[in-house]
Amino acid sequence: MSTFYFIAFLSVFFSILVITAKNPVHSILYLILTFFTFTVHYILMNAQFLAVVNFIVYMGAILVLFLYTLMLINLNKESEPRKSNLVKIVGVIAGACFLAVIVAATKTLGTSQPVVLNNPGLGLVKNLGKILFNEYLLPFEISSVLLLSAMVGAVLLATKDTKTA
Amino acid sequence: METLTKTIQGVPLNHYILLCSIIFSIGVIGVLIRRNAIVIFMSVELMLNSVNLLLTAFSVYRGDATGQVFVFFVMALAAAEVAVGLAIIVMIYRNTNSVDINVLNRLKW
Repeated sequence: MSTFYFIAFLSVFFSILVITAKNPVHSILYLILTFFTFTVHYILMNAQFLAVVNFIVYMGAILVLFLYTLMLINLNKESEPRKSNLVKIVGVIAGACFLAVIVAATKTLGTSQPVVLNNPGLGLVKNLGKILFNEYLLPFEISSVLLLSAMVGAVLLATKDTKTA
Repeated sequence: METLTKTIQGVPLNHYILLCSIIFSIGVIGVLIRRNAIVIFMSVELMLNSVNLLLTAFSVYRGDATGQVFVFFVMALAAAEVAVGLAIIVMIYRNTNSVDINVLNRLKW
């Protein structure tokens, strides 16, 4: 049980570092650590399929894409002007108010039951694959169309447009 | 794996909700206070991930695998969104030589 609280503390700590780090490369590295703690959360809930997918897709693919884009964009100069302190304070207050609303709404739920994994095979690849390819076959195929269109769109947007257009 | 999953056997659902809402709020604050478009994009990713974790927690709590299938679709959507969004950021950088969002105020008036 204390493992959960330790990992939760690490998640919050690294995600605060993500938004406060001055160097964007450091931000991305902290984001990788945050996603790793999320993977540990999935493993603790025995959601093995999601843990593996989170590890490969988020930590492997998406963050490498972020780093690669950062390499294309030349940020070594002092290019990021800081926002004024007033905007920062207002932003933090707004976020804290949002958090306070959610916490207050959660408090009114009263006591909650502990999360207990009744069926140990719930998050395994076998079980999820059966559900994914029986009940959710159509959304699965549609998501492949979505990924294809995203790929075409990304290539279309990122290629250098000729000045004749 | 049995001993691992026994470690969460006492965590109330409220604590999962609190953790995910804290991380979601950190993502909101990051969108509000940063000016670098890439860091803002990373904050959006943080928000998506906190919602994923909460969906998984609810799925385990209810003993229903549909939530985890939904998380899988959200991850596919996030991958598509990152590809298009980073392409847009690269295009913005090529046109304005900056990823500062305060430069992008042509749609403001």
